[in-house]
Amino acid sequence: MSLLKIENLSVSINSQRILDNISLDVEKGEITAITGESGSGKSMTAFAVMQLLPNGSFQNGKILLSDLNLPSLTETELCKIRGSQIGMVFQEPMTALNPLKTIGNQVAETVRLHRSVTYFEALEIAKATLNRVELPPENFPLSLYPYQLSGGQRQRVVIAMAIASEPKLLIADEPTTALDVTTQAQILQLLKDLVDDLNMGMIMITHDLAVVNNMANSISIMHKGKIVEKGPAEKIFTEMKHPYTKMLFNASNHKVNLPKQNTNNPLLEVKNLSRDYVLPRTKIFSKPKIVRAVNNVSFTLNKGERLGLVGESGCGKSTLTRALLGLEEIQEGEIRVSGGVVSKNNETSFASKKNMQVVFQDPFGSFNPRHKVSKLISEPLFLDKKIMNKEELNDLLINTLISVGLSADDKNKYIHEFSGGQRQRIAIARALIVKPEIIIFDEAVSALDVSVRAQILDLLANLCKTLNLTYIFISHDLSVVRTITDKVMVMKDGEIVESGETENILTNPTHNYTKKLIEAAPSLPEFC
Amino acid sequence: MLRYTLKRLISLVISLIIASFVIFFVIEIAPGDPASFMLGINAQPETLAALKEELGLNIPKHERYLSWVAGMLSGDFGMSYTYRTPINQMIADRMWVSLPLAVYALLISTLLAFPVGIYAATNRGKGGDITIMGATQLGIAVPNFWFAMIMVLIFAINLRWFSAGGFPGWEKGFFLCLKSLTLPALSLALPQAAILSRVMRSSLLDVLSEDYIRTARAKGLNKRQSLWRHALRNAMIPVLTIIGLQFAFLMAGSIIIEQVFFLPGLGRLVFQAISQRDLIVVESVVMILVFSVIIVNFIVDLSYAAVDPRLRNRV
Repeated sequence: MSLLKIENLSVSINSQRILDNISLDVEKGEITAITGESGSGKSMTAFAVMQLLPNGSFQNGKILLSDLNLPSLTETELCKIRGSQIGMVFQEPMTALNPLKTIGNQVAETVRLHRSVTYFEALEIAKATLNRVELPPENFPLSLYPYQLSGGQRQRVVIAMAIASEPKLLIADEPTTALDVTTQAQILQLLKDLVDDLNMGMIMITHDLAVVNNMANSISIMHKGKIVEKGPAEKIFTEMKHPYTKMLFNASNHKVNLPKQNTNNPLLEVKNLSRDYVLPRTKIFSKPKIVRAVNNVSFTLNKGERLGLVGESGCGKSTLTRALLGLEEIQEGEIRVSGGVVSKNNETSFASKKNMQVVFQDPFGSFNPRHKVSKLISEPLFLDKKIMNKEELNDLLINTLISVGLSADDKNKYIHEFSGGQRQRIAIARALIVKPEIIIFDEAVSALDVSVRAQILDLLANLCKTLNLTYIFISHDLSVVRTITDKVMVMKDGEIVESGETENILTNPTHNYTKKLIEAAPSLPEFC
Repeated sequence: MLRYTLKRLISLVISLIIASFVIFFVIEIAPGDPASFMLGINAQPETLAALKEELGLNIPKHERYLSWVAGMLSGDFGMSYTYRTPINQMIADRMWVSLPLAVYALLISTLLAFPVGIYAATNRGKGGDITIMGATQLGIAVPNFWFAMIMVLIFAINLRWFSAGGFPGWEKGFFLCLKSLTLPALSLALPQAAILSRVMRSSLLDVLSEDYIRTARAKGLNKRQSLWRHALRNAMIPVLTIIGLQFAFLMAGSIIIEQVFFLPGLGRLVFQAISQRDLIVVESVVMILVFSVIIVNFIVDLSYAAVDPRLRNRV
């Protein structure tokens, strides 16, 4: 008999159907992955198993753990099962831990809830569990607070809490989405090892098909609250039946054709750029320490060139971007656009603001919700002192909206009326309207679902053809960088460690760090 | 933690120095000479000069400032211009009314606000929550002296449980004094409790929607346990801030309540001193009030660090 058996489970919240007749089995010692795009109901499935559904939800069907039907248990009975028989790991390690309690206390709490041990025995078990998730007590004493740990380390603490009572079932809800690729690889390996060692069943929820492909024994694909296809991992991608699965797979693997560019006309020149941050003092009268976030970076971007910038969080990508945009002081070096100095000794010229525009990662937070789209998009125009008459402005607005695949009517709407992908189109329109020389895309597709991401990548390729765009594309996702850029720079600890033709660098990396990044990135099977 | 405390102490001393400076010069610049006020408009210039000489008003301002500060450091606030009595004695008498009143009111407001705020947050959107939020709205809108008058009507005049005003003095017995401070403290506390319980509620609601509360539930804690073990302490920072502000208000802002209940407190002392241009008394009382506010802020800062480990290592 399966460890966990979900039978015909439906969940609705405020009479809106979230899960529709779901059936799923999880076996001991195996990893069952649930994948799909945002809003497909995959997280809700996890919360249904935990019986931690939001208020006002109504469920129908069976969730059998061994022979217990979870929905029919009382709250008290469920509290005994949560944490002891089912453990859960969440997406956001930065906020999943109580900031005011030590890690030892938080792991020991799970132990004490479910086993009759003394406080000190519980701490011993906590120590052993933290050691098991590769946080050895010599370096990570129980007295540490979450803020003293990195994201990957915090995720290990969350995992330790989940496995401290050796549950039969572990649910991991996007456990590595917020982490860097190299950290992601380590955490995935740890989860795999734990499943083997403890003979647990595991439900792994992720939007990333490549992660699923490398991890799972069986895979279920969800779409709009239904499981549209499921099967063993080896077969599901080779024998895709459902059109949604095919679409998802193709979108994750989406390739675009960029027009050739072979001009040699330097547009952006960066010479020996350095940026320092002053850290807060550690002692009252000591000199504050200085961290060099960007160290001696030089590169040239030719007109029509598409440059990728990759590296892990904290490597200085964002600092470099902000320095290019003139949003940060620079300590050394020089930035020139079309031969004119943009930023030297902290003076940013007005022309540079017009010449460089940026598209940010978060399509939800980067717009003023009280402005209409027409105002949001046309605002950069007011940088220019040149006054346009109303008709000119209106024509320009409409043309720009159409060029990013929106319609003329959209200019009178507010931002909340658009989906994430449409918002990102609006952000691109806002950047395009002043006809900048260079656009910087700062993780511009990272927050989007794969199918939407594919559309935005197509849009970019299209704009390259029609407008001969020059851009810098910052991303942690190597597969996206591979298809959307001609050249790439790999950044580590504020320095460019390797740069060159994208295809060349990603197939034959020479620097160890680049090799490590490529190795850590999960991959989809090569066929189709 | 030691470094944090030291840093807070340094900023405490600096605030005190700045405060003393500002208080002294602002009050000195304000029009109204105590000597001419005491003698009236028809005073002879010679008498006025003599009185100024006697009060020490003809000494240059900066020297007077320094001797005032030096005096305060040695516990000597000087003599009142009007009453010719030592100021520290006047303040000490009043302090023994105002300070207990403020502490008493703060205690009542906190003891009311905590359970009410927690109850409202855990029953969000239900009848109890809505009733409480309505009541607190009223509590904020209605001025405290109105509460004071209503309470005098009910408890002093009709029920005759408490006296309508006055203060017997601590030598007459602790409970008698406590009793006479109860109505004033209640009327001071009610609006404060209304504010504090709203802060408690919203702060707790924020925390209850945090990811780590979900983690706590996934560990197997029930709602009550995750509230007490994980949510409350995290919700304390904004609440502590408001408590600190309220104490400052209760120390200095109880003038009207002291009038209504006829209490010989600091508020009344300042009020009289201002109307009599007894500048040195005003300066000294204001300084004492500022001092107590700064001390309270210092305590609040320390309690932040006690609550939040992230602050302890910050300089």
